[in-house]
Amino acid sequence: MTPAKESSVDADAPHAQPPHSGSFDVPAKVAQEQIIEIVSDSGEGAQTAGQLFGTVCAKMGNGLWTVEIIPAEIEPPPRSQAGASGIRVRFATRPISNMGDRADLVVAFNEQVLYSRIDQDAFGPGTLLLIDNRWAKDEDAKIRDAYAKALEDFCARGYDVQEIPIHEETRKLVENPQRGKNMWVVGMLCARYGRNLDFAKDEVRLLFERRRKGEDVIVRNHQLLEAGYAWGLEYFDERLQVPSQESDQAMVVMNGNAAVAMGAMAAGIEVCSMYPITPATSASHYLASVFHRAGGFMHQAEDEIAAVGFALGCSYAGKTALTITSGPGLALKTELIGLAVMAEIPLVIVDVQRGGPATGLPTKVEQGDLLASLYGAPSDAPKIVLAPSSIEECFEFTITARKLAESFRMPVIVLSDANLATAQTLFARPEPHDEWLAPPVDQSPWNENTPPYDWDAETGLSQRPIPGQEGGAYVLTGLAHDEHSQVAYASAINQRAMEMRSRKLATLEQILKPPVVNGDAEGELLVVCWGSTRSAVEEAVDRIRADGHRVGTTCLRFLSPLEPGLDEIFARYRRVMTVEINYSDDPDNHRAGTSRRYSQLAWLLRAATLVDVDCWSRVPGQPLPPGMIEEALRARLGGAD
Amino acid sequence: MYGLKTDWLEEPPPRYYTFEDFEGSLPRWCPGCGDHAVLTATQRLCRDEQLPPEKTVFVSGIGCAARFPHYMKAYGFHGLHGRALPVASGIRARRPDLHIFVATGDGDCCSIGAGHWLHAIHFNMKMVVMLLDNNVYGLTKAQTSPTSAKGSRSNTHPRGAPLEPLDPIQTTLGIRNASFVAQTVDWNPPHLLATLKAAHRHPGLAFVRILQRCPHFRNDLFEPLQSDPSKLLLLTHPDGIQVDDSIQRVLTNQREHDPADLVAAQAIAEKEDTVAVGLFYRRDAADRYDLYSAEGLATSRSEKIAALGAELDRYQI
Repeated sequence: MTPAKESSVDADAPHAQPPHSGSFDVPAKVAQEQIIEIVSDSGEGAQTAGQLFGTVCAKMGNGLWTVEIIPAEIEPPPRSQAGASGIRVRFATRPISNMGDRADLVVAFNEQVLYSRIDQDAFGPGTLLLIDNRWAKDEDAKIRDAYAKALEDFCARGYDVQEIPIHEETRKLVENPQRGKNMWVVGMLCARYGRNLDFAKDEVRLLFERRRKGEDVIVRNHQLLEAGYAWGLEYFDERLQVPSQESDQAMVVMNGNAAVAMGAMAAGIEVCSMYPITPATSASHYLASVFHRAGGFMHQAEDEIAAVGFALGCSYAGKTALTITSGPGLALKTELIGLAVMAEIPLVIVDVQRGGPATGLPTKVEQGDLLASLYGAPSDAPKIVLAPSSIEECFEFTITARKLAESFRMPVIVLSDANLATAQTLFARPEPHDEWLAPPVDQSPWNENTPPYDWDAETGLSQRPIPGQEGGAYVLTGLAHDEHSQVAYASAINQRAMEMRSRKLATLEQILKPPVVNGDAEGELLVVCWGSTRSAVEEAVDRIRADGHRVGTTCLRFLSPLEPGLDEIFARYRRVMTVEINYSDDPDNHRAGTSRRYSQLAWLLRAATLVDVDCWSRVPGQPLPPGMIEEALRARLGGAD
Repeated sequence: MYGLKTDWLEEPPPRYYTFEDFEGSLPRWCPGCGDHAVLTATQRLCRDEQLPPEKTVFVSGIGCAARFPHYMKAYGFHGLHGRALPVASGIRARRPDLHIFVATGDGDCCSIGAGHWLHAIHFNMKMVVMLLDNNVYGLTKAQTSPTSAKGSRSNTHPRGAPLEPLDPIQTTLGIRNASFVAQTVDWNPPHLLATLKAAHRHPGLAFVRILQRCPHFRNDLFEPLQSDPSKLLLLTHPDGIQVDDSIQRVLTNQREHDPADLVAAQAIAEKEDTVAVGLFYRRDAADRYDLYSAEGLATSRSEKIAALGAELDRYQI
């Protein structure tokens, strides 16, 4: 058989790994990267299998990015076209941090679920589809027909369709192949890609020990791995090697929600107050299981408003708290976040963005909450807004957010998204520092002559008294107030208090550095992005630059305040545009004579810099593949004057 | 320290708090408003119990009653409409050393914040919740509240409130894990103080509904109860609110009620023609969420770092 994409395979590449455990009689080819998917009905273990296989690849030194394919319903009907559940695993010689374009190889437990992936443009000509052949022999004629028809259709679309006996082979070992076929598939993939089966066995042991399963379960799953592996060695004409890069750095593999949770622990945050909401909940699930070991407490509130109210209570009493939510929750929390701004209470809010508005696409990614974070509150409510662009940054920014919230005495919103939340990748293991931890709550006497809002006229900053501090008693209020926290309706006082709260952002901006520009430092086009789109944008820009175009790209981590020096950077390019996952009108697709609606960062940059910043954005309910961005950028470059 | 020379050890001079130590800014409630009486009773309670002002926090939402923290001299959190209880719960979560009081009104607690009311009772975190219930929205000027009597006219229901009012005592008694439910009136200061004292000493969330006069919008609402004290039913019991003979002489309509008896408490609350004062229900053994939320408070910095290190080990490849 031929590999999925000839172009991505390089038979002459050096550094191919030598064979290890198990003997290989089949020849090996070398590829710089591979994208595989395992898709199934919900509850068939495809995600577990993909994560396990991804971890094995990471252990072998590959770059890794996994993307969960999640149906919106908990349990859609079996064999439904819209109900695909599963995972994409992209692994490569170099470090990677996006899902890439089209899949090279797909394992499908049934053929119908592939349609939702086709709908997402996940496959291309030559993609190898390995489909369970059990449906060809199904007792229901309707299913047999649907299967035959779909396979015919897949062939017509140019996919390399191969029927394989997943169910049949698994049944030789277990009574119910529904539980077990995922491990058989991992074994088969290990054979296909020359993976070290011992690594897979170790991971299986860890997985089932964590689930408190007995030795018999572990042994049975090891047998399934071995059976799949043996079958794979027999079946595939060749093995595909994805060489690794040597590194002696200790690495960790996790998703963005776990990284946020660990960041909270690293920051010495003691309370996470939340209400269940997709796709943020896994962070609290994880915290609920480990937070107590770090002296933390995970509070499940009765609703989103109570969650932030509770967090504010903790913060007011000296323990800066974290609340984690998604768009609908952010909307509900708006009023209390406004109170945190008004009364200058530190607070960390992590918003794991999903498709909106309203309930929108609960399990799917969007970068739609930027303007809501900045401006989604009545009146002027200046707050700090950060956006991590990688899973490592999810960890780091949570630590930073706690510190900023306390130093600047204001809420800090960290904009993660469903892509970062559920994707797994590897990064250098962080070493926890004592200085990251929150300081002990100050309970020393407060100088009675110092008012609770002793605003420094230059910076707007002030220290806050904490309950328990003798002499510091004051009444925090959401009403307009003077520096003594006395309710004040006088116009001069309100003007000054607004100025002081606003000035804190200017103070922060002064200590920020201009953003780093990748690619060409000047030229035809600058692509500006934020959050999880960074990696795909950079990859697209690299491809375009390889053709001789002079393009730069920059990713903004601070959205409020904006990083300084943007005017100067923008001036070095003929055109500036943003790429984002939120809605905008395309320039050629909005009513003539009406105002074009821009994507959210573009709005912000246009207002802040007065530069005619263009944008290209889509809301596909999945991360933007680099190829899609590349195509869009090429179109804009082609249209350049 | 008998026998020791005085210069052998130093004892900090004991601080004694007077009534004035708890006086904040000058109250701006209307003359004759029942809130004044509750404020005075609370200041007396703080003095009697010698609560250090820096260790005492008054939390409120929005409404006339919610101005309460400004008039105390202690830490205060005058937050948003309806949200006092989650904030107070958050303060309590990791601060077992503080004395926490919530001042809320019938609009704040029973309407916009009703969801939090239910859950705060369920959480049963140690604090005193004072519901200052005047049966009307005062700050926004005379709209119907959930506790407004059927037929009472207001700006939002000029032809009279269409529904039977919600009874906060009955509602609170219906919440599993409620641990202290009492009722008193602003115009009987000794009973009010005795009730707040019992509430303060209760190990859990003490919910006290205080019938509170609003001379501005509901001038004669409680007039029948004031002019004829026998219309109030005084609940008495050795485990209830302990009042002295002077109160017993005024409130002659009495009934012994065991606060452990939830069914009897619900029956008293259900009687529409009777306003009972005293302790309806108490259960000291109710689950307390603040004991759960304060776990791990003593975790040291090195333990925190070690815990994270162990987690990173698990994720290391």
